[in-house]
Amino acid sequence: MDSRMPISLVSVLCLGIAFLYVPILILIGYSFNASALGSVWGGFSTQWYAALLEDAHIRKAAMLSLEIAFASSTLAVLLGTLASIALVRFPIFRGRFLLAGMINAPLVMPEIITGITQLLLFVSMLQLLGWPSRGVVTVILSHVAFCTAYVAVTVQSRLQSADMSLEEAAMDLGATRPRAFLDVTLPLIAPALLSSWLLSFTLSLDDLVISSFVSGPRSSTLPMVIYSKVKLGVSPDINAMATLIIAGVGVCVILASVLMRRAERLREREMQAAGI
Amino acid sequence: MGGQLAKLVARRGRWFIILPPLVFLFLFFLIPFGFALKISFGEAALRIPPFTDLFGRDAAGHLHWQGTWVSYRYLLTDDVYIVSVLYSLRTALFATLICLLVGYPMAYAMSRASKSTQNILMMVIILPFWTSFLLRVYALESLIRDNGLLNTALLQLGVIDHPLRMMHTTFAIYLGIVYSYLPFMVLPLYATLEKLDRSLLEAASDLGSRPWRAFVDVTLPLSVPGIIAGSMLVFIPAVGEYVIPALLGGPDNLMIGRVLWDEFFGNHDWPVASAVAIAFLVLLAGPIAIHQYYRVRQEEY
Repeated sequence: MDSRMPISLVSVLCLGIAFLYVPILILIGYSFNASALGSVWGGFSTQWYAALLEDAHIRKAAMLSLEIAFASSTLAVLLGTLASIALVRFPIFRGRFLLAGMINAPLVMPEIITGITQLLLFVSMLQLLGWPSRGVVTVILSHVAFCTAYVAVTVQSRLQSADMSLEEAAMDLGATRPRAFLDVTLPLIAPALLSSWLLSFTLSLDDLVISSFVSGPRSSTLPMVIYSKVKLGVSPDINAMATLIIAGVGVCVILASVLMRRAERLREREMQAAGI
Repeated sequence: MGGQLAKLVARRGRWFIILPPLVFLFLFFLIPFGFALKISFGEAALRIPPFTDLFGRDAAGHLHWQGTWVSYRYLLTDDVYIVSVLYSLRTALFATLICLLVGYPMAYAMSRASKSTQNILMMVIILPFWTSFLLRVYALESLIRDNGLLNTALLQLGVIDHPLRMMHTTFAIYLGIVYSYLPFMVLPLYATLEKLDRSLLEAASDLGSRPWRAFVDVTLPLSVPGIIAGSMLVFIPAVGEYVIPALLGGPDNLMIGRVLWDEFFGNHDWPVASAVAIAFLVLLAGPIAIHQYYRVRQEEY
């Protein structure tokens, strides 16, 4: 590798990373600030965390968001994995172009357009079919739609790099195609399934715009509650909320990536031992 | 019975894999655009559901068009839509350029680090993307508001004698977009730069090319796919951004996402909001097509 990397490049990289992290770190710092005024340091305190735990409104919204995120990410992993298998393993089928388009478009579609169009769908469906009325179900359906796209793209690249010859070997040894896929390829793509589940979970947990359009009167999600509080001005308990979410997500992501790297290394060693 | 089912699965098996995602996305991602299109032609007098059918039958039983262009005509007569679309496009364009100028050197530096450092740097760049978008925008607010940390620090240091106004300005919008979308620019750039064949640069240098020339002649042209992919990932969502202008911007920073939101939640004018959404989508069709083209090509090679 090139050890003579110019100082200017290194400093740009460091500054860029600092730019990404400093606001988050400041927010975490503020969450332990005894003073309610953002700019004044009033000493260390965990009072905002206590206030947060007592806030029934936030607690209810958090539980609802966690449920929605769990359901959406699980369904999205199922659908997204099927979509990626279809796109990688079946080179020609009717609707391939459509499917490829529908898993790539949500990645860039402005949320506000997705939100409005899905709201119009649900309203029209309610008129025509009497189902679904806006609430948890509609939020889950729209979250599954955009999460499926993220899952499909992540799993697709993993499937492409998975070695087909292993599956073929299993079939030569008498396994049926589904059996060979489940026993050989599925463990290979499992890390991608896990990381795309986590990604879907956080995307769903974080979504404000689409949820605002498709949710009903009694189904305010956590981001909707946070947004309405933030809109009103400084609210120190949101700093505590943010710290909890960021810490939770950060720990999960780092843990997952460490585990995956370890599994990867183990597999490579096994492959070497097997002489492949 | 069971045997027949097994045979059916064996023969038509792949449709059991293809159909669930195809049908789901068709129903809940594509069909909604059809409804938006239909409602955008809805009767002005019936602006609450149910909307009129676009085609009716006259006495003789012939189908005839009964939709209306009223909502679209309204878009062209009321300045606010054209002004906000142009403002959004311009803001997103400049923000994308800033992201590119900041992100390119970052991605370049990453691609030249040692392999183990690269993995850590990847993680460091991706991590903010995992943490809540809304909360990151909010974090920015606590940094730049009038009594925020930046102003407090500058006042204490004596650099300024009264707080700088950063919140609710155009500056805040740019800062917000660059801050939120920078990882989307860096990652595709890094992916292309990392795959770049080093031997080409060595060849250029063997042939007497200075490093800077070699960069302009070799690295830059070869990283064009990364530049385009990153730019589309920043530009398209940025044009429709709602949270950033709503939290950080002022009343002057009227971006189309905000106009659409207000049209829906404030004015409850669904046909007009649908017309705005459709017109906006038509505007974005070009960039989205470019994004799709590059993604499909990336899959093929």
